[in-house]
Amino acid sequence: MGSNAVHRKMSRSPATALAAAFLFLFACRTAAAQMEITGSWAARNHEFLSGDGLPVDFTGIPLNEEGRIRALSYSESQLAMVERQCQGWPAFYIVQGPFGLKIWSETDPLKGNVISYIIGAWEDRAPLTIWMDGRPRPSKYAEHTRAGFTTGSWEGNTLVAYTTHMKAGFLRKTGAPSSDEAAMTTRFYRHGDILTVLAIIEDPIYLAEPWILSRSFQLSAAPLSPIGPPCITTYEGSIGQTAPHYVPEKNPFVDEMTTKYGVPRDAAIGKPETLYPEYRRKILPVAPVR
Amino acid sequence: MRVVFIAAQAALLLGVQPHAAAQERGAPAAEPAAKASAPMDMTGYWVALVTEDWRFRMITPRKGDYQAVPMTDQARKIAGAWDPSADEASGNQCKAYGAAAIMRLPARFHITWQDDNTLRVDSDSGMQTRLFHFNSPPSPPRERTWQGDSTAQWQRPASLKVATTNMRSGYLRKNGVPYSENAAVTEYFDLAPLPGGGQALLVTTIVDDPQYLQQPFIVSSQFKKEADGSKWDPTPCTAK
Repeated sequence: MGSNAVHRKMSRSPATALAAAFLFLFACRTAAAQMEITGSWAARNHEFLSGDGLPVDFTGIPLNEEGRIRALSYSESQLAMVERQCQGWPAFYIVQGPFGLKIWSETDPLKGNVISYIIGAWEDRAPLTIWMDGRPRPSKYAEHTRAGFTTGSWEGNTLVAYTTHMKAGFLRKTGAPSSDEAAMTTRFYRHGDILTVLAIIEDPIYLAEPWILSRSFQLSAAPLSPIGPPCITTYEGSIGQTAPHYVPEKNPFVDEMTTKYGVPRDAAIGKPETLYPEYRRKILPVAPVR
Repeated sequence: MRVVFIAAQAALLLGVQPHAAAQERGAPAAEPAAKASAPMDMTGYWVALVTEDWRFRMITPRKGDYQAVPMTDQARKIAGAWDPSADEASGNQCKAYGAAAIMRLPARFHITWQDDNTLRVDSDSGMQTRLFHFNSPPSPPRERTWQGDSTAQWQRPASLKVATTNMRSGYLRKNGVPYSENAAVTEYFDLAPLPGGGQALLVTTIVDDPQYLQQPFIVSSQFKKEADGSKWDPTPCTAK
């Protein structure tokens, strides 16, 4: 059947033409419902998310009792241990670290659909690959890595990613722990040249409730590097026979947030109730220093 | 006739708006009421989750603790002269509760429709009211207020953009980090589902103020929806 025959046949069938138009419009709508998120997104750092100025700053993290004990037992001298040198830069670090995001996509050469988005590495944080091709999640017994395993899908204009299979590490570099059962849902909202990333972190071992944080980036004309120096372990003076730590009740830095900034101890050690406005009722007024 | 009906249904399913077609033909079309055309429902009680910048938000930071704000030298001079007692004495205790900073406060917000084209946002902390006007023509200059004048626009498929100007000068942080009366605030409101069935509201705030900021100040704040207003706790502004 030649093209003319096809044309004649379609011309004779309004329903067929309508169906074709419907499919065309639907395809356009599907494409329009997604947003371009690739590019170089510069950090602006107008929020202090890393919270790593003092050893015991777990403010804003809803730690449960086990998480708090583990956090207070942490000593930064553990960074001298080869097996612990890279634990401070998990996948969560994309919304905490001071760096921008370089995002690019891999596309199917025949179909043109996006197979994955990749958020490039930067300064010890491993690259994060968001698989968009519908591949199944690996077994819970599969290898856990620092970047974990991430799948993604579009909800309207929002890219939604879900990360599991991360190695146990830190929620915050100062020792607030994350377990290998932690999961992160990341939502990418683009508004013009602003990209806001909302991260919802769940950890049944160390968190009393999901930890929700967000960070905004600005589109940059100057390209960011797609690669960063990886975290490479090396001998730094510890032979690893013991893990430097503190007895949690005797952590010598537990009151530094209080003496330096007037932050109550309960907030500094990440008690969940301190995340909510009503906690202010419990705070004794701290006179501003003139 | 059946074909026309199917086509009309298909158009509606695909979100083709009748008024858009009318506009293409050059006919004036009235904007649909914002409430009726809302692509998402933000109404209800929302509580701020202070999971970041805790020491700048939950307590009044000490003078000189301005970390992460891209202040100009002029702004630093003004912040260096911060005197909360003087602010209270002069009736300026709400300077940290203006539109540029209010969504960063540890507070609860009650969002309602004041009318078909006005979304109302009340805060318990500071007892402030913001009005987001949709489809409103430019209004003549009015007296400046803490919350300024806000115009709102739905962003398809599901987001809200709010632009605010005409504010009184205020503080980005309670310890005197200033923004000027010429500052402009752009905000984006987005919703997200939470594990366990709850809902989060994400607000991205961009403050442009060439007088006191070296670059736009960009922060994002998150809120969790509450079932009711049982924790609503109205408290007046305080400068300290």
